[in-house]
Amino acid sequence: MQLTRAAVVALALLPLPAAAAVLPEDRADLLYHYYDGGGVTIDGPSVLVRKKFAEKYGVSANYYVDMVSSASIDVITTASPYTETRTQYGVGFEYLRNKVTYSAAFSNSSENDYEADTATLAISQDMFGDLTSVSLFFTRGWDDVTRRGDATFADEIDRRIYGVDISQVATKNMVLGLSYETITEEGFLNNPYRQVRYLDPDAARGFSFEPERYPRTRTGNALSLRARYFLPYRAAIQGDYRFYTDTWDILAHTAEVSYTHPLDEEWTFDVRYRYYTQDAAEFYSDLFPRSDFQNFLARDKELSTMTSHTLGFGVAYEFKSPRITFLKRSSLNLRYDRMRFEYDDFRDATATGFAPGTEPFYSFDADVIRFFFSGWF
Amino acid sequence: MKAARIAALLLFAAAACGCSRVEPWVKPYERENIADPIMAWDRDPVSSSYMRHVYEAREGARGALGASGGGCGCN
Repeated sequence: MQLTRAAVVALALLPLPAAAAVLPEDRADLLYHYYDGGGVTIDGPSVLVRKKFAEKYGVSANYYVDMVSSASIDVITTASPYTETRTQYGVGFEYLRNKVTYSAAFSNSSENDYEADTATLAISQDMFGDLTSVSLFFTRGWDDVTRRGDATFADEIDRRIYGVDISQVATKNMVLGLSYETITEEGFLNNPYRQVRYLDPDAARGFSFEPERYPRTRTGNALSLRARYFLPYRAAIQGDYRFYTDTWDILAHTAEVSYTHPLDEEWTFDVRYRYYTQDAAEFYSDLFPRSDFQNFLARDKELSTMTSHTLGFGVAYEFKSPRITFLKRSSLNLRYDRMRFEYDDFRDATATGFAPGTEPFYSFDADVIRFFFSGWF
Repeated sequence: MKAARIAALLLFAAAACGCSRVEPWVKPYERENIADPIMAWDRDPVSSSYMRHVYEAREGARGALGASGGGCGCN
């Protein structure tokens, strides 16, 4: 449930290219992903195949699975651990004409209490002697939200995403990027299972829970800038910054630096550090003064004041196998990310021996592993 | 909606500029370094879109993390 909305936003653009005047290479990727942190384990496969025809047409297909086993802080505070599976299919089509690429993509995400359809149209063009590449895209999303064990509940989300990406060659060693995106959603935007906490003198521990309640609209704007520089000894360094703000008063900054170092023809090493910080949503509180305190109520830790740190490492080995003749080349990749999430106004309500609202702030670490094979044919 | 109109206007302005001839200040024969695969914004789209999914499920901010695929504007 919680993963779906993020997934339809994050994966909606998967089959679309960034460079306009050339279609992506014929390529197949087979990925295994694993996440373990905060009492939640998620793993599964992802497959993407891209193929072009006559250098003008490109098609792609994606299959992705999340197998979730959750005993997160939200779950153990107010509910029971659960397992679920989310499956996503996607198809994309591209048409290249002169320096313009037209793209269309569709994806469906499905789990037992959430169904999402997403469609994207995009246009990309190279200009100014191919030093500049501009892409515009528009995405529509239609989600159906239900609740396990409650046949009377059903609601919807209507999503629109408008975006522009610009990639600019600045010098013979540096490329710049700019992205702007507006995401607007209308419908049932909270989680039908999640609860907020309020002071209750009649309760044994001094607090009780009631369902959260969000506004039915949200519009967010994100602007990011990035620069990638080719170092004299054949390595690359990149810096990224993103600013985000929305109508729920969340304001966030994201910064990342990364370094890529090839060794011989076969090996490529990557290292990166990412920092993220945000302010809480206007209607967020860890502990409301009483039941039904205000119109909108949230105690979702993703809407709290928080920071996250990520340290990531990657290694790729490229090879050509004489036995697999239909592949021009192949690569094996392993990436590991260590993440830390720290919350400044979300407390661990499972801690005992504390007065309500004085429990320790919650934090957790997560390990993320991606292991994948890529083949170019 | 307003943001979308601004984006459309920006693209139109950029396209209009394209009518006058702009001399590329980085010549095609000078693009060896930026055409190197290590200079791609995103070498492995499946892998990086998964990480976007990881972040967007756990953070409030969304979007503008760059287009997938590689590309430097060089053929």
